[in-house]
Amino acid sequence: MTGEATTTMDAAPARAARSSGPPSASSASQPAHGVPATGPAVAAPEGDAPADAPRRAWLRPLVPIAAGPRLALGIAFFVVFVAFWSVATFGGFVGKTFLADPLTMLKSGWVLLTQMGFATDIGMTVWRVLGGFVVAALVALPLGIAMGTYKPIEAFFEPFVSFARYLPASAFIPLLILWAGIGEAQKLAVIFIGSFFQLVLMIAVAVGNTRRDLVEAAYTLGVGDSGLIRRVMLPGAAPEIAEILRMVLGWAWTYVIVAELIGASSGIGHMITDSQALLATDQIIFGIIVIGLIGLISDFAFKWFNRRLFPWAQLGR
Amino acid sequence: MKQPMIDVASARAGAPTMATAFLSIRGVSRSFPAQHGGAPTVALQATDLTVAENDFITILGPSGCGKSTLLRIVAGLDHQTSGTVLLEDRAISGPGADRGMVFQSYTLFPWLTVRDNVCFGLRERGMPRAQQLEIADAYLAKVGLRGFEHHFPKQLSGGMQQRTAIARALANDPRMLLMDEPFGALDHQTRELMQELLLGIWEAERKTVLFVTHDIDEAVFMGSRVVVMSARPGRIKLDRKVPLGHPRHYSVKTSPEFAALKAELTEQVRVEVRAAQETAAAAH
Repeated sequence: MTGEATTTMDAAPARAARSSGPPSASSASQPAHGVPATGPAVAAPEGDAPADAPRRAWLRPLVPIAAGPRLALGIAFFVVFVAFWSVATFGGFVGKTFLADPLTMLKSGWVLLTQMGFATDIGMTVWRVLGGFVVAALVALPLGIAMGTYKPIEAFFEPFVSFARYLPASAFIPLLILWAGIGEAQKLAVIFIGSFFQLVLMIAVAVGNTRRDLVEAAYTLGVGDSGLIRRVMLPGAAPEIAEILRMVLGWAWTYVIVAELIGASSGIGHMITDSQALLATDQIIFGIIVIGLIGLISDFAFKWFNRRLFPWAQLGR
Repeated sequence: MKQPMIDVASARAGAPTMATAFLSIRGVSRSFPAQHGGAPTVALQATDLTVAENDFITILGPSGCGKSTLLRIVAGLDHQTSGTVLLEDRAISGPGADRGMVFQSYTLFPWLTVRDNVCFGLRERGMPRAQQLEIADAYLAKVGLRGFEHHFPKQLSGGMQQRTAIARALANDPRMLLMDEPFGALDHQTRELMQELLLGIWEAERKTVLFVTHDIDEAVFMGSRVVVMSARPGRIKLDRKVPLGHPRHYSVKTSPEFAALKAELTEQVRVEVRAAQETAAAAH
């Protein structure tokens, strides 16, 4: 499917280039084929559509982009970004105290990793995010599914969960330190509070949105209520639930750093607080970039996994 | 509701067919509760209909006349306000595998392959996998989908999806088949081919079928009996045997018998569509 789309999109710029080229070039190319009878006949259906299409065919509403240009454009902005950063720092427009240059950042990053045990900090942070998130997901999945399936259960929990999800997880940190100390339990609790309520609500909605006509079809094929949940509602909602997990895991990353800024002795957030005391902007930036990279990698892994797990959900998109 | 029942069904009430009734619909009505202080909506007036085993009954009527409501009550997906529905003398209280249904919308499970869709009901019964596959493949062959077993529904055209839905319903071996405008979303040519396909399968298997449609040609061509429903609130106003034998070739559509029945039904349905439009206009 995607292959098909790619080939048609590849053809479009080629066509545009041909029509915008000098007329002598296109007329000269036809006799070169040596088959004048088939030449125009083949070209005719191609030439029909783009003939009246505007010249700026590369920028039209909702027209998809091919894989190659997409990747190139995506990388291009990173290049532009680093270029601006370099000009600002190497050019002396911004003081070293406020913003380190890219090279210094990379060098301190290397020092952090090789001499200051930053790898352990990264490991701690990853473990906290995953730990808190997995616990939240393990509780949220059954509750969310029950709420999506049975309306009385939803009526019981939904108002409270809706309220609780607007409570900022970071505001709980002082309380959690009081209750759970400054150990790991407190960090996991912040992640849990930050992701649990969101997960429950979104999973309940995903399960509750099961297509009613599929439910009816299943009933006429003889399923009971438990079969309906197991064989229709869950498999139907599974891709969306996986997508919800991916999204909320991303949010959990922002909470862990906040949790580590206060009362922590390890983790990426802790390193950033330490660097702040030393005005080491290079280390702070390196820490932030590492968080971004880990987030990006986990996101890609999740997406890849979802595509493998639910190939049917990719159809017709 | 107080209107006297003058339809054919009440005249048939004492007929000997009642004793051997396969499906018996007695005084079934459906009304929806009043909203915002208005009067309750009557979707279906007290309706009687008796269906013999192996019959193919088409229910014809203008849209909104309650013909789908009647079918859904038989399926157990909707509940009547009054009356009883008996299938082989047992009251219907909910949906079940004994009444297979094909819907107008595409209701294949998108996460299952064509073959697993057809196996759905069989698996629910705990049938061994090998036997499931044997039955599923046989029905897929009957609806002309051999070679598409491993496709997902989204990879199929609308006609192919409905053929899979028919195979899925038949593979479950229901006592009767309920079809709610199953070809309504298909283009004209596909629809005609699907009619012939379904008729061919029915001629071979002789399942009892209740088939709802608003297409008069389809009603006459497919049915051994055509029932016409009035405009909302629906009731049965006409019940005709189709004077065409089996096997039925599509060329019967040009026969005088076909044309005569079609003309009569067209007239009847037209009156009802008019009535429905006038009611709608009066309501405004």
